[in-house]
Amino acid sequence: MESKIRVLVGKPGLDGHDRGAKVVARAFRDAGMEVIYSGLHRTPEEIARMAVDEDVAVVALSILSGAHGSLVPAVIEGLRQDGADDVLVLVGGIIPKADVPALEQAGVSRVFGPGTPLETIVAYTKSHVRRR
Amino acid sequence: MDERYLTLSGIPIKNCYRPDDTRQLDYARDLADPGNYPFTRGIHRDMYRGRRWTMRQFSGFATAQESNERYRYLLKQGQTGLSVAFDMPTIMGYDSDHPKARSEVGLLGVAIDSLADMEILFSQIPLDEVSTSMTINAPAAVLLAMYIAVGEKQGVASQRLAGTIQNDILKEYIAQNSYIFPPEPSLRIITDILSYCAKEVPRWNTISISGYHIREAGSTAVQELAFTLADGMAYVEAGIARGLAVDDFAPRLSFFFNAHNDLFEEVAKYRAARRIWARVMKEKYGAKDPRSWRLRFHTQTAGCSLTAQQPENNIVRTTVQALAAVLGGTQSLHTNSMDEAWALPGEKAVTIALRTQQILAEESGVAQAADPLGGSYLVEALTDEMERLAQEYFDKIDRLGGVVSAIEKGFFQQEIADASYHYQNRVDKDEYVVVGVNRYQMEENVEIPLLSVGQESVRQQWKRLERVRSERDGQEVRRMLEDLKECAQSDANLMPVILDAVRSFATLGEIMGTLRSVFGEYREPARF
Repeated sequence: MESKIRVLVGKPGLDGHDRGAKVVARAFRDAGMEVIYSGLHRTPEEIARMAVDEDVAVVALSILSGAHGSLVPAVIEGLRQDGADDVLVLVGGIIPKADVPALEQAGVSRVFGPGTPLETIVAYTKSHVRRR
Repeated sequence: MDERYLTLSGIPIKNCYRPDDTRQLDYARDLADPGNYPFTRGIHRDMYRGRRWTMRQFSGFATAQESNERYRYLLKQGQTGLSVAFDMPTIMGYDSDHPKARSEVGLLGVAIDSLADMEILFSQIPLDEVSTSMTINAPAAVLLAMYIAVGEKQGVASQRLAGTIQNDILKEYIAQNSYIFPPEPSLRIITDILSYCAKEVPRWNTISISGYHIREAGSTAVQELAFTLADGMAYVEAGIARGLAVDDFAPRLSFFFNAHNDLFEEVAKYRAARRIWARVMKEKYGAKDPRSWRLRFHTQTAGCSLTAQQPENNIVRTTVQALAAVLGGTQSLHTNSMDEAWALPGEKAVTIALRTQQILAEESGVAQAADPLGGSYLVEALTDEMERLAQEYFDKIDRLGGVVSAIEKGFFQQEIADASYHYQNRVDKDEYVVVGVNRYQMEENVEIPLLSVGQESVRQQWKRLERVRSERDGQEVRRMLEDLKECAQSDANLMPVILDAVRSFATLGEIMGTLRSVFGEYREPARF
C-alpha cells in the first residue's frame, strides 16, 4: 500500500492571516494526506527544520504580508542546507504576478493565487509530489 | 431546507415575509424610536441629519513620512478622520531592525519604532482638529502613549485628544493572531488603559471591540455578532473585577463590524447588536448612564469578499456593503479599494473608494431618514433571528467557562475554521456564486498599478532608528525600562511609566521586550 503524503503547511513571518493556510490544510487532510501545521509567527529556519524533522514531502507556505520575496527563498535555502532538496514547495497567498518568476527561480513549484479551487491545489500536489 | 435560499451565513430565507413574522415585536420594548433604549433603530434621534458618519479610510505604509503624505492627501480630499495601519513588526512589538522584523518593515502599514517616527507621522496635522483611529492591539498602550506625547509637543493636552485604539486582544486570540502575551496580563494592560483614560484621555475610545477580523477569518455573520459581543462583555467584566465603576469606562467602548455581501443580513446584524448590547449593559451589568447602553460602531467593507479576478467588480461589491453599513446606522466607515486582493491600494483606487461613500452620502438619499429598513417584515424577522442565534452562542460560551477559557480550549478557532471551510466548499461546488471566480469568468490580463514599498524606505527607517538610539540619553532610557519592569511585576497602572519611557525615546521594541520578559509569550492551540 502506498504511504500517505506528508505535508507541512507553514506560516513564515509575523503575518497572522491564517484563513487560507487552515482551509488548505484541511483540504489536504480530507484528501487523505498527513498534515502538520507550523502554527504562527515562525521563522523560515524554524519551518525548514520542522519540514526535515517531520520528513515531509511537501511544504506549502502561506504568505499574505508581501514579504514572500525574502521569506520563501529563506525557507528553501534552509531545506537545502538540511539536505531536503527533493521537497515539493508550494506558495499561496497574495503574490503579485510580477513576483512569481523569481519565486519559481528560487525553487517554488507553483504559486496559487486567491480564488484557486481547493481541488486544483490537491490535484497538483498529488501529481507533482516525489513519491518515496 | 432549500440550499439556494439561505443568507450568506446560512439562515433560511422565505419567499415573502408578512405581518405574522413580526407578531412578537413590541415597538416600545424591542425597537423604540431612534435614540431611545434599546436603540435597535439607531443611537441618535436625528441620525445622519445631526451628524453624518465619519469617512475614515484605513491607511499607512512604508515610513512615517510617506504615510503622513497620504494622510494629508486624504484629508484634502474630504476625508474626516484618520485611521492608521501599522506594519507587522510594530503590531508584534519589534523594532524595525529586529531579526524577525527585517523583511516585513513598512509592508502592511507604517513602521513606528519610537516617538521620533510618531512625530513625523502627524507632522502638520493638528491633533486637536482630527480624530485618529489606530489599529494596534498588543502594543496599544505604547502607541497611545506616543500619540499623547506628540500632542504634548503640539501643545494639545491629552484631555482634548480624540480617537480610538483597537486594543481588542481577545479577538487576536480568536481570529487575527497578533497577540504577544498570554490572556491574563493582556487583560491587565487593557484595564490599566481603561482606568488611565477615564481620567486623562476622556475623549478616547479605549477599545474597539472587533468583529471585523473574526468575519475575515471566515466566520458567519452570526458568529461575528456573538463572539464580538461576548468579547465586549468579557472586557466589561474585567473592568468591574479591577474595581472600576461600569459607567466610568463603558461609554468609551466602541465596536467595529464587517460589512459583507448579504445586505439584509448585515443590516439585521447591526440592529441586533445594538439591542443586545443595550440590554446586557443595563440589565446584566447595571449601567445607569445611557451612554453605556449605546453601541457605537465603525464598519469596514469585507476585504475577504474582494476578488483578484475582474477587480473593477470590487467597486460594486464595496458599494453594496457600504450601503448595508449606512442602512444599519454605522458611525464611521472604511470602504475597501478594488485592488486589495492584489496588494495595498494605489491612490486612484483609494480615491474611488472614498468617492463611493461620498456618492452614498450626497446623491443616494439613503441617509435622510433614520433606520429606513425598520418595520420591514424581513429585516425585523432577521434581526430577531440573529439575536436568538447569538444568545445560543452566549450560552455555549458560558458553559465553556467564559471567553478566555473558550479561547484556551480552541472553541472559537474551531468554529471559525469550520465555517470558512464550509464556505470555500460551497464556492468550489458552485453552490455559492462569486462573479468572475466560479461563474462569468473571462480571460483577462489584470493590470493594476500596485503600490510597493521600496528598499530605500526600509533603509531610511533603520537609519532613523539608529540615530534615535545614539542621540538619546541612554542612561535615562535604561532607568525608565527598569521602572517599567518593576511596575509590570507589581499591580500599579502601567500607563504613566510607559508614557515616561516613550518621552525618553525608549523604542517600541525595548518597551515591549521588557514586558515580554515579565509576562511571557502566548502560543495558540492550532485548529483547522
